[in-house]
Amino acid sequence: MSDVQTYPVTVTVNGKKIQRFVESRTLLIHFLREELNLTGSHIGCETSHCGACTVEIDGTSVKSCTMFAVQANGAVVNTVEGLANSDGTLHALQEGFRQMHGLQCGFCTPGMLMRAKVLLSENPDPTEEEIRHGIAGNLCRCTGYQNIVKAIQYAAAKLNGRTYQEAAE
Amino acid sequence: MNEMVITREQREARLEGMGCKRKRVEDVRFTQGRGNYVDDIKMPNMVHGDFVRSQYAHAKIVKIDASKAKALPGVIAVLTAEDLKPLGLHWMPTLAGDVQAVLADGKVCFQNQEIAFVVAENRYITDDAIQLIEVEYEELPVVVDPFQSMAPDAPVLRPDLDGKMTGAHGPRKHHNHIFEWTIGDQSATDLAFETADVTVKEMLSYHRTHPSPLETCQCLASFDKIKGELTVYGTFQAPHVIRTVASLLSKIPEHKIHVIAPDIGGGFGNKVGAYAGYICSIVATIVTGVPVKWVEDRMENLSTTSFARDYHMTTEIAATKDGKVTGLRVHVLADHGAFDACADPSKWPAGFMNIVTGSYDFPTAHLAVDGVYTNKAPGGVAYRCSFRVTEAAYCIERGMDILAQKLGMDPADLRLKNFIRREQFPYQSALGWEYDSGDYHTAMNKAMEAISYRALRAEQKAKQEAFRRGETREIMGIGVSFFTEIVGAGPSKNCDILGVAMFDSAEIRIHPTGSIIARMGSKSQGQGHETTWAQIIATELGIPADDIMIEEGNTDTAPYGLGTYGSRSTPVAGAAIAMAARKIKNKAQMIAAHLLEVSEYDLEWDIDGFRVKGNPERSKTMKEIAWASYNSPPPGLEPGLEAVNYYDPPNMTYPFGAYFCVMDIDVDTGVAKIRRFYALDDCGTRINPMIIEGQVHGGLTEAFAIAMGQEIKYDELGNVVGASFMDFFIPTAVETPHWETDHTVTPSPHHPIGAKGVGESPNVGGVPAFSNAVNDAFGFLGSTHIQMPHDAWRVWEAAKKLGVHA
Repeated sequence: MSDVQTYPVTVTVNGKKIQRFVESRTLLIHFLREELNLTGSHIGCETSHCGACTVEIDGTSVKSCTMFAVQANGAVVNTVEGLANSDGTLHALQEGFRQMHGLQCGFCTPGMLMRAKVLLSENPDPTEEEIRHGIAGNLCRCTGYQNIVKAIQYAAAKLNGRTYQEAAE
Repeated sequence: MNEMVITREQREARLEGMGCKRKRVEDVRFTQGRGNYVDDIKMPNMVHGDFVRSQYAHAKIVKIDASKAKALPGVIAVLTAEDLKPLGLHWMPTLAGDVQAVLADGKVCFQNQEIAFVVAENRYITDDAIQLIEVEYEELPVVVDPFQSMAPDAPVLRPDLDGKMTGAHGPRKHHNHIFEWTIGDQSATDLAFETADVTVKEMLSYHRTHPSPLETCQCLASFDKIKGELTVYGTFQAPHVIRTVASLLSKIPEHKIHVIAPDIGGGFGNKVGAYAGYICSIVATIVTGVPVKWVEDRMENLSTTSFARDYHMTTEIAATKDGKVTGLRVHVLADHGAFDACADPSKWPAGFMNIVTGSYDFPTAHLAVDGVYTNKAPGGVAYRCSFRVTEAAYCIERGMDILAQKLGMDPADLRLKNFIRREQFPYQSALGWEYDSGDYHTAMNKAMEAISYRALRAEQKAKQEAFRRGETREIMGIGVSFFTEIVGAGPSKNCDILGVAMFDSAEIRIHPTGSIIARMGSKSQGQGHETTWAQIIATELGIPADDIMIEEGNTDTAPYGLGTYGSRSTPVAGAAIAMAARKIKNKAQMIAAHLLEVSEYDLEWDIDGFRVKGNPERSKTMKEIAWASYNSPPPGLEPGLEAVNYYDPPNMTYPFGAYFCVMDIDVDTGVAKIRRFYALDDCGTRINPMIIEGQVHGGLTEAFAIAMGQEIKYDELGNVVGASFMDFFIPTAVETPHWETDHTVTPSPHHPIGAKGVGESPNVGGVPAFSNAVNDAFGFLGSTHIQMPHDAWRVWEAAKKLGVHA
């Protein structure tokens, strides 16, 4: 496969500038997982329905299974591996998901966390209904979402300087 | 060890033992993208495999031309049945005693059946190569409807069984018949019906669906020719069984096979069986000498690797006119698809369908199940339930509602009248089970009070009158479900998988400093075993849960176990953990006695160590005992502190629960809004209430999906329609109702810690609650039964049939 044509891609992933040559058809999720070994983002459907591959690109949520790596050229990409705070402590969302039991098998979690991060940047104090609509592009088969909603409320409270009162059910 | 003086409560609390809402150990890695799932694993020189699949549901394969694919740069091999034949691997045994083609052997029997396995340098090239493989077919007539399967002139679906009129479970009545399984007293049951005041009869279909975990089935196989060793990473709910199967099929000695199930992204029954992808990856790594990875895509997952249900249950109940049940008669037509790949214990072709008498004191019952072949995907797995238990619960819980309607009785009152009473446990059911414990009346009364049941019925009556007066287009349904499960397979006297008795196991090793590593034969797929198993040990041995590491899934290091499905982990592996811990505790007591220079009988256990009776200042903590076991064991006693237990349960466990669903349906759109859903579960002793509630939420969400729309559908040509997340209903956070949870605690008398298992209860009890709510809403308009799934279109159609759109 030496004669396959490749194209240069420059992206900033989790704050680090990356340069690679890729085939035009390489999906961003495969680029992240297989080229960069960032296996936190997952593949659940390859058809944009499940959201397990959700990453943040230039401040918006993108399902990386339906974007080519070359389309990310020049972009700033953040994945779950870069979510923790720069001092090494967990992001409020990571903490919230653990405290509120917002995950079980963990397969949807990276996508869910990255979606929630952008949701909270757009709407720092969402209602339950806004959270439910805000994560409707991310499927979870284990939790029934109830504790995911609480986890996001926990993070919103913490980021707004409040203490979240409710316990995980 | 110097420690600050702390209170007994503090000593107890720092253990984080049973009953506490311990935060999950697993979450630390999962929330940081550091899980280790199969597709995350890379090996040097690894290549990828993928399947050419059948376009047709039933066809002869005239020719397979792979020459263009083989010429494509990057393609390493293309395997067909002809290549597997010399190895005897073109067919494989199923768990149900049937055989299944690994790669189609001359014909295909369902759409998307595996025909050829392409191995190439990466997944993009496998996809290119698949497009280049030409398969010439000769179409054959198709059987999709199980009710047509045994027609006299039905096409022969399995010519490989030609002339074999005795299958793994007895005589076959027709060339498309798999088995007939009957249980119960037929003549007594017939008599009950002949002499009954009231009888009801309805055919209740439980449609075909799929477990669809978010991570599909996948594996990575690597054969080391020099050592003759095979390593297989895979999405295995039962890794030890997979290793045994791999050894039997490949003839590689079992000790030279390393099967490892890493983190698993949900299973729900999908990842119990052995699939063609595993076999082909193993053959491919042996043939090519490089590691081969196989990863299903979602379409392949939904349309090939297992399905669930497709049970068509003709249900009859006999009763007195005042509502006392006198007999139950059920006939099931079970569609197993093209191969019987049902994942049941070997002797149970219809699983534990004979739990169909449910929570009620039926004096007599009879059940007959006929399994048939059709041109659909093979399987019949237990999707978030013990074997066929969700089918049984749906059958009896819909049946009781239908009987209540005929009698003009309230469905909750009918249940209260017929429950097995607390003093009847252990209870022998008419279909052969011994229910371990229960207190149904207490649970039901608590649930009815919690949701103000009588007030809801009054509101419903008022709404029905308003509807009749034309004041509203909304109708209200109250779904009642009181389920009894049978989980924890199982006792070796009646349960085995391919001859291996269904015990489970635990090995606990205490290190000199008092921390622990423990390994089990179970395998978490999201259940949180690393958290909860440590809680059991913490309570049993007085070592803080944070000092206990749990390992599962590596067949080289973990003791042999039958895996995690059918809610069997807590009833079986959970028991093994407690028993292994108790062996350690017995030895620890001897060491403590030696250290304290008293008789063992003068010691008593106190939270985290032994103390001298009547002299509590004289004590030894488990940590001190652990050190002593390596440093100064009593003379004649083996050093070290570890134990293994293989637990063969004396009985199954029988969790139960009372679920209520309150629903409002717009008859003009068919849209059903869940107003309230209340779930009371009794799973015996509760190990981690936070995890229990989480499992209940998840199981109810799956029940909601199944009852309200999730379906694997086929058209009349056997094309699977809707095998993608575009069409296959997985509820999002928007549709998913709010769940209210509650509990009672009736411990299992035979389980060492009294736990019964809970993960599947909400699916088992939830489906009938939703379906009963829909049916309850339409009952006053003259409807007796509306089949699932209750998506808006079908609900609208039901309303139309009842004439309310006129």
